[in-house]
Amino acid sequence: MSEAIARKVDTSHMKISDEVAIQITGMNKWYGAFHVLRDINMTVLKGERIVICGPSGSGKSTLIRCVNRLEEHQQGQIVVDGTELTSDLKNIDKVRSEVGMVFQHFNLFPHLTILENCTLAPIWVRKVPKKEAEETAMHFLSKVKIPEQAHKYPGQLSGGQQQRVAIARSLCMKPRIMLFDEPTSALDPEMIKEVLDTMIQLAEEGMTMICVTHEMGFAQAVANRVIFMDQGQIVEQNAPKEFFNNPQSDRTKLFLSQILGH
Amino acid sequence: MANTEASFVRTEMVAPQEPPLSERGVVKWVRENLFSGPLNTILTVLALVSLFYLVKLSLPWWLHGVWKANSLGECRQIIADAYGPDATGACWAMIRERWHQFIFGFYPPEMYWRPILSFGLLFVALAPALFFGDRRNNLVILAGVALFLLLSLWALDNDLLHIALIMMMMAGFVALVLIAPRKLLWFTLIYPALAQFLLWGGSVWGPVLTMLGLAVLAVVYVVLQPRFGVVMASAMGFVAACVWWLALQSSVSTALYTLMPIGLEALDSDQFGGFLLAFVIGVSSISAALPIGILLALGRRSDMLLIKTLSVTIIEFVRGVPLITMLFTASLLLQYFLPPRTNFDLILRVVILVTVFSAAYIAEVIRGGLAALPRGQFEAADALGLDYWQAQRLITMPQALKISIPGIVTTFIGLFKDTTLVTFVGLAEPLRGITSIVRADIDWKGIYWEPYIFVGAIFFLCCFSISRYSMYLEHKLKTDHR
Repeated sequence: MSEAIARKVDTSHMKISDEVAIQITGMNKWYGAFHVLRDINMTVLKGERIVICGPSGSGKSTLIRCVNRLEEHQQGQIVVDGTELTSDLKNIDKVRSEVGMVFQHFNLFPHLTILENCTLAPIWVRKVPKKEAEETAMHFLSKVKIPEQAHKYPGQLSGGQQQRVAIARSLCMKPRIMLFDEPTSALDPEMIKEVLDTMIQLAEEGMTMICVTHEMGFAQAVANRVIFMDQGQIVEQNAPKEFFNNPQSDRTKLFLSQILGH
Repeated sequence: MANTEASFVRTEMVAPQEPPLSERGVVKWVRENLFSGPLNTILTVLALVSLFYLVKLSLPWWLHGVWKANSLGECRQIIADAYGPDATGACWAMIRERWHQFIFGFYPPEMYWRPILSFGLLFVALAPALFFGDRRNNLVILAGVALFLLLSLWALDNDLLHIALIMMMMAGFVALVLIAPRKLLWFTLIYPALAQFLLWGGSVWGPVLTMLGLAVLAVVYVVLQPRFGVVMASAMGFVAACVWWLALQSSVSTALYTLMPIGLEALDSDQFGGFLLAFVIGVSSISAALPIGILLALGRRSDMLLIKTLSVTIIEFVRGVPLITMLFTASLLLQYFLPPRTNFDLILRVVILVTVFSAAYIAEVIRGGLAALPRGQFEAADALGLDYWQAQRLITMPQALKISIPGIVTTFIGLFKDTTLVTFVGLAEPLRGITSIVRADIDWKGIYWEPYIFVGAIFFLCCFSISRYSMYLEHKLKTDHR
């Protein structure tokens, strides 16, 4: 278990409203003949902080990539913030501009400066004036504690810094929901902490978050719900305390013993 | 003993010293590159010996060059008189007498200012596209163009008033660059019509109305784009522009010309030749091939079956057929398919086919660049909510084009040199066309090396400049710091 999260996070003030942010019902997905996601039912409320874990190949990344339609589902329904995801491109672009995503490999645009990375989508998608977009970008870059790197290129930054830029880039679109797809898996242990700190800060501000991660310390400290997936299905979900101390299914017990055992 | 060596404290720091003589400067370079082993030493000696004989054989030919003579016979006489009966020598007098044919073909000499002005303005039009908003480079180019125009127009005995007018125009460009360098792109946009007007002459209204057709396209696109999307809107705009160009333009142009007869003396495509022709075909094809190539590359990667099939068909057909076949098609077959009595200019036909030809190659080069991009770049663009065309324009194309620069430039250099192939459809390109015309003159019969060296040197100069520019661009766009 990673001990990157040493500090106790006070989650009591993080309010969860009863408004639905994401509603997934009876969702199935296949890659060719391979059934990757099976009968997924899941409701995410505004302000929830959900951690999805599970062995590799269990479909957890695919699941969150379905939420902003980087992957297409073949059956069932996904409603994000009141908009159903169908093949209608307008709806897809609308959902994508409301949902921020952070990738394992950062995926910053190497030909643009940090500032340009952050202002690109607000200017072109939200039609924000350039000056205003730059101010917003500097605000979020200060928030992730790298305003001084604004005029450098991504290749000049460390992995942890790049990932924090990627978070700031998503935040510049003022998203209502943030998806994190293994944001710390490509980072050195030292850098994991700075990224997790940024994510905790976001959670404290009440952002609705779904995180695919192996950082169980983060799950215990921040999440209000942990979902365990295996073989494309949701096997168990519970509050973190219950989930870690009293897992119900045998598969979960085995998984936890393997990742917490060493 | 061992114990005393294990503990050690340095009391005095060693100052840096120069490396030994054999490890620096020329000595090191020669040792490493020329005489690093027995095989290398032998090869070096052999190379030096053959180089010596090569120079010994050819140097007299270069040194005995004759610049003033009226025929090849006279050249040989002068060389024989000066260096003995067996001496060889170059007869550059031919270039001195016929250079204008190599450059302008059969363009009337009193109108040389038209191609010269178009050539100068070409660089004014290229500067903002090649150097973006870089003020210094743009100014250097403008200064170079002004100097070139001043000297060449003055040497050709042009009216001082005209030269002054042109210099004032150049001063206007300089002022524009100083105030707003990006605004110069508007000149780039109208340059094709301007160059066509300058080179072919005729009524000024033809090119103006052709540009108006593009404005029709733009208006239709802007009006329809929100409702029908990028592809449909541009298709409809294109159709509207075609209606304008084919059905309305000629009658409107004639009407305007009777009202306001402004224009230059009209010239026929037959009078074009030499490097003028090579540049007209090369530059128009290169600038049209890049956007078409980008669209074909995107089309080939598209999910839409029709567009994908169409792109693959065009690319594979064009790459599978020799350029000369297509040139013959341009000169002969195309005429059969067009409505009777359409006067479709031969140079225009060649430009269109050469464009399509190189666009197919460019498309494959760019597809390679797109394939080299990590999938995450496409996903990140999608995840931010950019639509397809925004993602292509802002994220994928800038990176894919950067990766493809060497391939694109290679294709362009090849295209430029391939313009010499138009000799097969009877156009007087510099290499074979003009050279054989010159040799048909009884005075210069039998002259072989000189015209080829002259033409080859100019081609080399152009292609080498393109290559150097691409190196500059690659260096400038290198931002990934890997």
